[in-house]
Amino acid sequence: MNSLPSDYYSVFGIAPTLALDLPELQRQFYVLSKQFHPDRFARASAPEQQYALDFTSLLNDAWRVLRDPVSRAEYLLKQQGLEPGDSRTNPPPPELLEEVFELNMALEELRAGDGDARGPIAEALDRFLAMRDQLDRDREALFVRYDAQRDAATLGDLRALLNRRRYIENLVRDAQQALS
Amino acid sequence: MSVLQIDFGDDSPTSAPRVVGIDLGTTNSLVAYLDLTAPKVIPGADGSPLVPSIVHFPASGEPVVGAAAQQALLTDPHNTVYSAKRLMGRGAADVAGELSLLPFSLAAGSESVIRLAVGGREVTPPEVGAYVLRQLKQNAEAVLGEPVTQAVITVPAYFNDAQRQATKDAGRIAGLEVLRLVNEPTAAALAYGLDKRQNGTIAVYDFGGGTFDISILKLQEGLFEVLATNGDTHLGGDDIDNLLLRVALEDIASEWGRDLSADNEAIQRLRRAVIDAKHELSTLPATTIAFDYDGREYRRHLPREVFDKLITPIIDRTLGPCRSCLADAGLTPEQIDEVVLVGGSTRIPLVRQAVRALFKAEPHTELNPDEVVALGAAVQAGILSGEVEDQLLLDVTPLSLGIETMGGVVSKLILRNSTIPASATEQFTTAVDGQRNVLIHVLQGERELAKDCRSLARFDLKDIDPVMAGMARIEVRFLIDANGILNVSAKDLRTGKEQSVEIKPSYGLTDEQVEAMILESFDKAEEDFKERQVRETRVEADRVLAAVEKAKQSDAWFELPASEQAGIDQALNELLLSYHGDDYVLIQSKMEALDHASRGLAETMMNSAVRGALKGTKIE
Repeated sequence: MNSLPSDYYSVFGIAPTLALDLPELQRQFYVLSKQFHPDRFARASAPEQQYALDFTSLLNDAWRVLRDPVSRAEYLLKQQGLEPGDSRTNPPPPELLEEVFELNMALEELRAGDGDARGPIAEALDRFLAMRDQLDRDREALFVRYDAQRDAATLGDLRALLNRRRYIENLVRDAQQALS
Repeated sequence: MSVLQIDFGDDSPTSAPRVVGIDLGTTNSLVAYLDLTAPKVIPGADGSPLVPSIVHFPASGEPVVGAAAQQALLTDPHNTVYSAKRLMGRGAADVAGELSLLPFSLAAGSESVIRLAVGGREVTPPEVGAYVLRQLKQNAEAVLGEPVTQAVITVPAYFNDAQRQATKDAGRIAGLEVLRLVNEPTAAALAYGLDKRQNGTIAVYDFGGGTFDISILKLQEGLFEVLATNGDTHLGGDDIDNLLLRVALEDIASEWGRDLSADNEAIQRLRRAVIDAKHELSTLPATTIAFDYDGREYRRHLPREVFDKLITPIIDRTLGPCRSCLADAGLTPEQIDEVVLVGGSTRIPLVRQAVRALFKAEPHTELNPDEVVALGAAVQAGILSGEVEDQLLLDVTPLSLGIETMGGVVSKLILRNSTIPASATEQFTTAVDGQRNVLIHVLQGERELAKDCRSLARFDLKDIDPVMAGMARIEVRFLIDANGILNVSAKDLRTGKEQSVEIKPSYGLTDEQVEAMILESFDKAEEDFKERQVRETRVEADRVLAAVEKAKQSDAWFELPASEQAGIDQALNELLLSYHGDDYVLIQSKMEALDHASRGLAETMMNSAVRGALKGTKIE
């Protein structure tokens, strides 16, 4: 019996790069699913059944993490020993302080029943979404840089970017929840 | 081994036992199998493939299942269980609200597993399910002419771990190896996928007797990939029945000046009447609820518009899960290519209208909505047995899985809509020096706090090496298998040894309890077998006794020597004595003894018959 692949990249038999050809990855996911899914081994021996179950759960976990660029980057950072910071304890990025303060004011007003607060919240949401888009473009650039240089400095930049993105993501979520 | 039983080896396609597909429904259940390439439902002795999921537990004798039990719903409602699926994997507190409408009562100790007090005994929902499954198994064996021991059973997509486990337990108690639990909407998609193997995105709207599911799937070259699922395991046609029932009871209370809500027989008759009216309104613009009881008549004219207005709040409750499901799949309604309707409640015109409006598409209804899930289960059975090679199902877990952490907060390990099998690992350590146990509380649900999620089980990591606090390193692996059921294993990272895990399910039966029920059902099966043997042996004995009594009136009897006559009388008496006992083997041996003793008599009779024939005299 083969031993299980040791990480998500080797499940697909690919090099651990940050930029990935997603349609090709998906095609591979389907090919491997058809080959190893437990349904294909319902009448096989117990060890074969166990392997099919273990491999397929690993395959599904790998596909889930690698298909999303943010979770993929977080996974690779973790593999390299760089744990992401905890967004709940991280202070807001200094240049966002004023924005965050204003958003919290508006959220409180809306909760208190002031419908006029919706306008400023919607405007803030638009700004946060634009920031997130910009961060995603920057992230793509870091992906390309890391895949070429594979250096610790780029990983450090990536980690900082992801922390900032997670913070903005929380603001987006709060604003969207308030507006819905 | 007889010639007929010679094994032709594993290459023979008939050597592997056949796997059947079963839809264990709230209202009706069906069994289907894959016949060459097309799935077919299997009819029961009455010709109908629908077996009502009703079990009557008479005060004495064996429980009765299906259409026969439906009659008992009217005559013996206290001891007749229906809609048991709604009680699967639940505790008394979960069902307190709806039990007031059900005629049967709970026994003590129903907190983690409901125990129904019926027919002078206590039964759990998995046991009720097992009676229905056993009936389906028998129906399948009668038609297929071979033993049926393996099955695929469908469950609502939104069933949690305990509800799935309870369904699997029901299968085991019924003597079925459950090869796979398949989600009902996914099964329906498989059934439809057989005819039209195109690529696209489909939504399955499954509104049955007691549960509602919505699933969105992507079809691609035989691969059925579920993108998202949502639902409500407590929403179905039953709710419409209960609503109409309440309306009618209020009407009657004001018209007759009599409150029937505590009269079980009246309630069951009235329930039947409102269900009939509901069915009629699927095709007619108006109907009348007709109910005669105690010499009085109740007639209520019910136009479809009024019915629609009454049930709108119930239908609206299906739309929220549909929207959430679309959002989780990252799709807009316009991106859904096809909509498939499943479940009896989708026959209601208002339901079709709501689905049409939401998805902006004409829903598929080509397959019988009562049968489509069982047909799909048979296809999945074919996939597992290897008969179907070009299709595969990739399903998801409907609910997020998490563990309770400090302050009662849930830390999510596997998110909802993750493709299964899915796994997560988490490291645990000890808080006190020398600590030997770590208790892990596992929950399912989307809420932040443990108290708002469904408690699934408590896992006790035992016999941890006594080391300093924080030194132990136990890695726990949570694996949701292809049935959507959680498996937990643990490893001590310091020693590399497997760590023992004791599971205490929050709801449902323990493995030992299920084993005991299986044993009991085997005992029962043996008792049944013995009872039948005794009955059949007595019938045979009746024939023998009658023949000997008659022979004693013949001339041949008087030709016998007195000793032989005494021998026959002795054997006859012994047979009569054993006749009323339960030992069919003894009856058989006494029958043989009598047969042996009367051999001379038989010969003499035969000879006189021959003599008579030669003389031209007809001897009777």
